[in-house]
Amino acid sequence: MLMDTLLLSRMQFAANISFHILFPTISIAMCWFLLFFKVQYNRTNDEVWMRIYRFWVKIFALTFALGVVSGITMSFQFGTNWPGYMKTVGNIAGPLLGYEVLTAFFLEATFLGIMLFGIDRVSNRIHTLATFLVAFGTSMSAFWIIALNSWMQTPTGHEMRDGVAFPVDWWAIIFNPSMPYRLAHMLVASGLTAGFLIAGISAYRILKGDHKPAPRRALKVALFAAAMLIPLQILLGDMHGLNTLQHQPAKIAAMESVWHTEKGAPLILFAIPDEKTQTNKFAIEIPNAASFILMHDINGEIKGLNEFPNAHPPVKPVFYGFRIMVGVGVLMLAVSWFSCLQYLRKKELSPLMLKVLVGMTFSGWIATLAGWYVTEIGRQPYLVTGILKTADAVTQVPSSNVGISFAVYLILYSTLLFAYVRTLFVMARKAVLVDRTDEIETLQEKLLAAQEQKETTPEVKA
Amino acid sequence: MNEITQLTGAAFWLPVIFIGLMGLAFFIYAILDGYDLGVGILLPKDSEAQRDTMIASIGPFWDANETWLVLGIGIMLIAFPSAHSVILFHLYLPVTVMLAGLILRGVAFDFRAKAPEDHKTLWDNIFKLGSLLATLSQGYMLGIYVMGFEQSAAAYSFGALSAICVTAGYSFIGGAWLVMKTEGELQLRAARWTRQCGRLTAVGILAVSIVNPLINPAIFEKWFGNPAVILLLVIPAVCFGLFLVVDRYLKHFPYQNDFGCWIPFASIVIIFLLCFIGLAYSFFPFVVPNQLDIWKAASAPESLMFIFYGTAIVLPTILLYTVFSYRVFWGKATQLKYY
Repeated sequence: MLMDTLLLSRMQFAANISFHILFPTISIAMCWFLLFFKVQYNRTNDEVWMRIYRFWVKIFALTFALGVVSGITMSFQFGTNWPGYMKTVGNIAGPLLGYEVLTAFFLEATFLGIMLFGIDRVSNRIHTLATFLVAFGTSMSAFWIIALNSWMQTPTGHEMRDGVAFPVDWWAIIFNPSMPYRLAHMLVASGLTAGFLIAGISAYRILKGDHKPAPRRALKVALFAAAMLIPLQILLGDMHGLNTLQHQPAKIAAMESVWHTEKGAPLILFAIPDEKTQTNKFAIEIPNAASFILMHDINGEIKGLNEFPNAHPPVKPVFYGFRIMVGVGVLMLAVSWFSCLQYLRKKELSPLMLKVLVGMTFSGWIATLAGWYVTEIGRQPYLVTGILKTADAVTQVPSSNVGISFAVYLILYSTLLFAYVRTLFVMARKAVLVDRTDEIETLQEKLLAAQEQKETTPEVKA
Repeated sequence: MNEITQLTGAAFWLPVIFIGLMGLAFFIYAILDGYDLGVGILLPKDSEAQRDTMIASIGPFWDANETWLVLGIGIMLIAFPSAHSVILFHLYLPVTVMLAGLILRGVAFDFRAKAPEDHKTLWDNIFKLGSLLATLSQGYMLGIYVMGFEQSAAAYSFGALSAICVTAGYSFIGGAWLVMKTEGELQLRAARWTRQCGRLTAVGILAVSIVNPLINPAIFEKWFGNPAVILLLVIPAVCFGLFLVVDRYLKHFPYQNDFGCWIPFASIVIIFLLCFIGLAYSFFPFVVPNQLDIWKAASAPESLMFIFYGTAIVLPTILLYTVFSYRVFWGKATQLKYY
C-alpha cells in the first residue's frame, strides 16, 4: 500500500522536529554554562576556567550550527507541507515566528561570530557581553517558539471569523494558559541536557587519562547544576501536568491510559494499553495514586478517554512516552545526587561512577524527545486544539515528492547525528592530548616522583 | 485594480511596506550569503592552506548571513501567507535540494575543523557541493518564479539558465570578497576567478534580460510600452558599465598598496541592486507573478501592525550590530582559530 501525503508529511515533520530539538535543547542552556565559565574567569583570573570555556565553545558552535540548519528546514515546511496551518492560524503564528527571527536569530548568529573568533579583536568585556547576548538570544528563541507551541495547545486571545483565527489580545495569545509551565519545563530540561552532556564528556576525558584540572572542574559544575535542577524539574513537571489536566484532559487520559472516567484512579506504573478492547493488559498499578497526584485527593475523578469520542490522541505513544520521560528523570535524580554525594565525601568520583556518567551523556535527549512526543502526540487529532485538525492542514503536493524529500532528510539527519556524536568524542580524545602546558607540569611531577621512587627503592626487576 | 484603489490607510500601506521589507531582506541575503556561498563554490582542490584562509574569511559571518533568508521567507510567511503557500507548493523539490545544500555546508563548516584530520578534505568537498546545490536551486527557483510557475519546456529551460546565472553571480561576488579580504597568491587567484565569473554573469544577466520580456508580454509592456519608461534603460546601462569597471580593474591586478581592493565588491553590490530593482519593477504589485497581488495575499492588518512596530525598532538595531560585527573583523582575513 502506498503511503499518503498526510502520513508522509507527518513522519517527515516528526523526523525534522525531533532532529532539530536535539540541538537547541543543548545550546539554550550550554550558552549560560559558557557565560558562567567566562564570568568565573573574569572574577578569578584562573586560566582553567578559560580552558573549559575554550573546549565547550567549540562544541557549542557545532551544536548551534546543527540547530540553525535544521531550524531553517522547519521554517520552510510550514509552507511546503502544511499550507492549511498558515491559512487558518497564520495571523497568530506568523508574528510569533517573525519575532523569533527578529529578536533572537540575528542576535545569536551575529554575536556568535564575535564570541567564537573575536577574542583578539574586541575587549574582554565586549567578549563577555557577546557571550551573554548569544545566551539571551537562544533563550528568547525558546520563548517565542514555546509561546506559539503553547498557543497551539491552549489557544486564547483570538477570535474566529469565517474559519480563520484573528488576533484580539496579543498578551493573552503569548501568555496563554500552558505557556509559563511549558517554557519553564523546557528551559530546565535544557539545563539538565547540557549538564549531563558536559558531565558525560568530562567523565570520558578523565577515564581516557586526562590529568588536567579542566575536565574535573567542568564535571563538578555540571553535576551540581544537574543535582539542583532535577528536583525543580520534577516540581515543574507536576505543575505542568495539573495545568494539562485543566486545559487538555484528553491528553492526561491518554498519558495515564484511563479508558473510562473513574474516581480514585490508580497510577499505572506499567501496562500494555489495548485500543480495541479499551483496557490495559498486564497493568501494574498503585491504587488511587493517579487521582492523588492529579487532583491531590485520593477519590478525585479523572475523565476517561470515553468522554472524547473520536477526538482523543492515540494512547500507546503518549502513555509510553510519558513513562520513558519520567523514568529517565528518576535516573537523572539518582545519578546526579549519588555522584554529588560521592564527590562531597571523597573529592573525586570512582571509575564506575564516571562510566555511569558517560552512559548518561545523552540522557537529556531521550527525556526531552519523550516529553515532546507526549505533548505533541497528546494534542492529536488537532494541530491547533479545537481549531484545526492535522489532517485538514496538509499540502496537496503528490506523495511521491514528499517521499523523496523525506528520504533526503532521513539520510542527511542520520548521517549528521552519527557525525555529531562521533565528533564530540573525537574532540574529547583530542583534548586529552592537547593543552600541553598542564600536561607537561603533570608529566614533570610524575617524572620527579618516579625518580624519587627510584632513588629510595632498589630495582625490583632484574 | 479597482479593488485596490478602494483600500485605504493601513490596509493599503502595510502590504506595500512589507513587500519592501521582504525585498530588502532577500536583497541583503543575496549579497551576504551570496559572497559566502560563492567562496564555497570557488574552494580550490589543490591547496588546503588556501581553503583554510577562504573559509576563515567567511567564518564569523556565514551564520548571520543565512539568517536573512529566514527573515525573507519569514516575512513572506507572516505578511503574505497565501503567496507563501502557493510559491512553496510549486517549488517543493528545489526547496528540498536547497535546504539539503544549506544543511550540508552549514555543518561541514564546523565539522571540517573538528573532525579527524583525514576527514577534512571530505568535509571541504561537502562544503563545496552544498554551496553549489544551494546556489543552483536558488537560481532555478528564481527562474521558475519569474515564469509564473508555468509547466513547460520553456519554463524549465529558463529555470536552468537562471540557475547557472545565479551561481555565476554568487561566485562573482564571492571572488570579489576574496580580492578584498585576502592577500598574496590567493588574492591573485581570486582576481582571475572573479574576472571569469564576471563574464559568465554578464552573459547570463543579458540572456535573462532578453528572454524575460520576450516570453512575458506583461513585462514587455512594462519596460517598452511607454516612451517615458525609456528612462528605465539607465538600469541596464549602469549595470554593464559596472561590469566593465570590474573587468578592467581585475585585468591589471594587482595594484600598489592594494589600491581599490574593494572596487569589485562594491561594484557588484550595485549590480545586484540594479538587478533587484529591475525584477521588482517587472513584477510589482504581484507577489506571485500574474496570479496574486500583495493586497490579496496580505494577512490581517492587526497582525501586520503588531509585527510592524517590532520590526521598526528591531531591524535598525540588527543593521547596527551587523555593521559592528563587520567592523570587528575588518581588514584581511587571518587564520581562523577558536581562540
